[in-house]
Amino acid sequence: MGLVLKGGKILDRKGERSLDVSIGSDGKILDTGKKLEGDIEVDCSGCVITSGLVDLHVHLREPGDEEAETIETGARSGAMGGFTALVAMPNTEPATDCLAVVEQIKTLGKKSSCEIIPSAAMTVGRKGKEMVQMGELVDNGIGIFTDDGTGVQDPQLMRRLMEYSTGLESRLGRPVVLAQHCEVHELAEGGHMHEGEWSSFLGIPGQPSEAEELMVLRDIALSKMTGARIHFQHLSTLGSVQMVREAKAAGLPVTAEATTHHFTLTDSACSCYDPVFKVHPPLRTESDVRAVKEGLADGTIDAIATDHAPHSQHSKEMSFDQAPPGMLGLETALSLSLEHSGLDLPEVLGLLSWQPAKIAGVDDRHGMTVERNNSANLCVIDLDEKWTVSGKEMLSRSSNTPYEGWNLRGRVRHTINNGRLVVFDGESIK
Amino acid sequence: MSLDIGTPPMLSKHLLGIEGTTREQLESILELTDRFAEIGKRPIPKVPALRGRTVASVFFEDSTRTRLSFEAAARRLSADTLTFSAGSSSLSKGESLRDTVEVISSYGADVLIVRHNMAGTAKRVSEWTDASVVNAGDGCHEHPTQALLDCYTLKQQRGSLEGMSIGIVGDIRHSRVARSNILAFSSLGAKVTLIAPQTLLPSSIEKWPVDVSNVLDDVISDLDACYLLRMQSERHRKGLVPSLREYAKDFGLNARRCEMLSKDALILHPGPTNQGVEITAEVSTDSRSIILDQVTNGVSLRMAVLFMLLGQYETSQQDEV
Repeated sequence: MGLVLKGGKILDRKGERSLDVSIGSDGKILDTGKKLEGDIEVDCSGCVITSGLVDLHVHLREPGDEEAETIETGARSGAMGGFTALVAMPNTEPATDCLAVVEQIKTLGKKSSCEIIPSAAMTVGRKGKEMVQMGELVDNGIGIFTDDGTGVQDPQLMRRLMEYSTGLESRLGRPVVLAQHCEVHELAEGGHMHEGEWSSFLGIPGQPSEAEELMVLRDIALSKMTGARIHFQHLSTLGSVQMVREAKAAGLPVTAEATTHHFTLTDSACSCYDPVFKVHPPLRTESDVRAVKEGLADGTIDAIATDHAPHSQHSKEMSFDQAPPGMLGLETALSLSLEHSGLDLPEVLGLLSWQPAKIAGVDDRHGMTVERNNSANLCVIDLDEKWTVSGKEMLSRSSNTPYEGWNLRGRVRHTINNGRLVVFDGESIK
Repeated sequence: MSLDIGTPPMLSKHLLGIEGTTREQLESILELTDRFAEIGKRPIPKVPALRGRTVASVFFEDSTRTRLSFEAAARRLSADTLTFSAGSSSLSKGESLRDTVEVISSYGADVLIVRHNMAGTAKRVSEWTDASVVNAGDGCHEHPTQALLDCYTLKQQRGSLEGMSIGIVGDIRHSRVARSNILAFSSLGAKVTLIAPQTLLPSSIEKWPVDVSNVLDDVISDLDACYLLRMQSERHRKGLVPSLREYAKDFGLNARRCEMLSKDALILHPGPTNQGVEITAEVSTDSRSIILDQVTNGVSLRMAVLFMLLGQYETSQQDEV
């Protein structure tokens, strides 16, 4: 007999029930029931047992910038935050635009504390000029393509990518997802924060909301034209949320994610000039934050993602224009969502677990109900634990959290990845 | 002869911007500047007020004029000077801005005069050093000593800025001089009008304490002072104005507009001027131009600022200055 989670309350799509969970050595749930016994009994009293979280948007930096993060440290950070699956963004060095890099990431991921799901670039070198070998990548299980960090600027190329991707659906067994970082380069260029009252006051060149919204508008139009399955990454503006809401109402095959920072922080945070608050798309205004929360509440936005973007300390100790954009997210996402999204627990878990699992095409093993024979990718949450965010204490190799010193409530107690205990009592297990 | 300075007025440890200063603080700096202007007229314009102190110019962006003005001010106060200048892009890869600042601080500087092409950098530097920091221009954000010397120059001419109508003409969007001056002029009681094509105005400025006009001819006759900003030639390459010619035609101060300007009005420019663009040659020598006074006053004003940040009351009492 293996692991037993004792004394907790299961919460999944099917609702709540107070049952123990026993886990077999094959990585599957053996049974749920009262008073189960096992060799290793894990105390879950007072805690919620649910499916592991799935992050559609993580920068693991390997290969290329192992100084900032590695797949191992990123996955440990993810497990600490309750995640069991991470979609790795392809802006590695070299870019994840071919099978060789995909295979390297998969190999490194196998030894880590989360399942690593590589995404691949849409264009060679993420340069927005030529399509990657999409068919070959799809045949090897890649289901998400994105040039994240930049959007595909050329509308003709984007149209062709969309058309081509629809023809690969039968080979993948599900629609190929094209995930877009919406940002019209010419409008955003040179801007380091949201353009508005604050940027004008601070003298930091801004980028307007319209830089994002024009590409959302274009891709909705092209999705209508081609029938391609589009996923909008990190929606940050009121206008974007509204357009996606209308596209969904019109029955288009679009999904969207929002990051934790886009519903917890505003552009006023940049007033200290610390580039820890520099991120793309930039932190927006109060009304945008409200719109993102409304989008999360009414189903316009399908998933909460982190856009976890580790950067070494020295790279952030630069002037605002020279520091790279991006902030950590994996270890704070759940707590922030519980406390600051305005949503109740089942809604938060839907946005962090089963809905993104479906978009990533891993719902056969993540975000599943906590029932016999399902994969044991689980997290156990203590909803009452209070803690204080500290970048230095995080398991990420970097410490660029914008939430330093925040007091949060609710924290992951244990994480089980494919039947293996990877976080026990708030401590990472190697 | 003793310089009866009394207790230096309270200024926080740094001068990072006009934002955050009170009217009283601005006025006391201008008063103190009067005392230092007097020193500049002496045969040997030097006092030992900051003897043994070190003033370091830390210029990540080229600016010969501002640097020389600060260094002249430091030397007139008998401070030692250090100069670090490097294009911000030439910081060697791997060395952070913080590393650079810590190295310069370790040479024993008491005050760092910081110029950088990005907003907020002087403030960041102040978080990484024990020295005082003076912002000598941070990107499109602030240039407080320029604003103070402009206020001093206007006050010298008019006694007070209270009730004056001051027009700031040109590239407000990219101008740290404009941002600092808007704050300083309004703090001292002047009414500010921004005059520029819409592309050269910052967005979302409805809450700023200013009037806005896109047509210089509409407002020029109402101005008590016309402050012309330098027009960077790359702006037209970036598509912000059709051409420098059209800009000069619509927003340049030429002989025709000088006629429209009140005979008591004052003409200012932070320098260096682009003759033929924001100002024509005959206008820069107009009797209403106080552009050269601005340069002269810059040194006295910067002496006052350095003295306020570094000069201790005890020292100034003991020394015959």
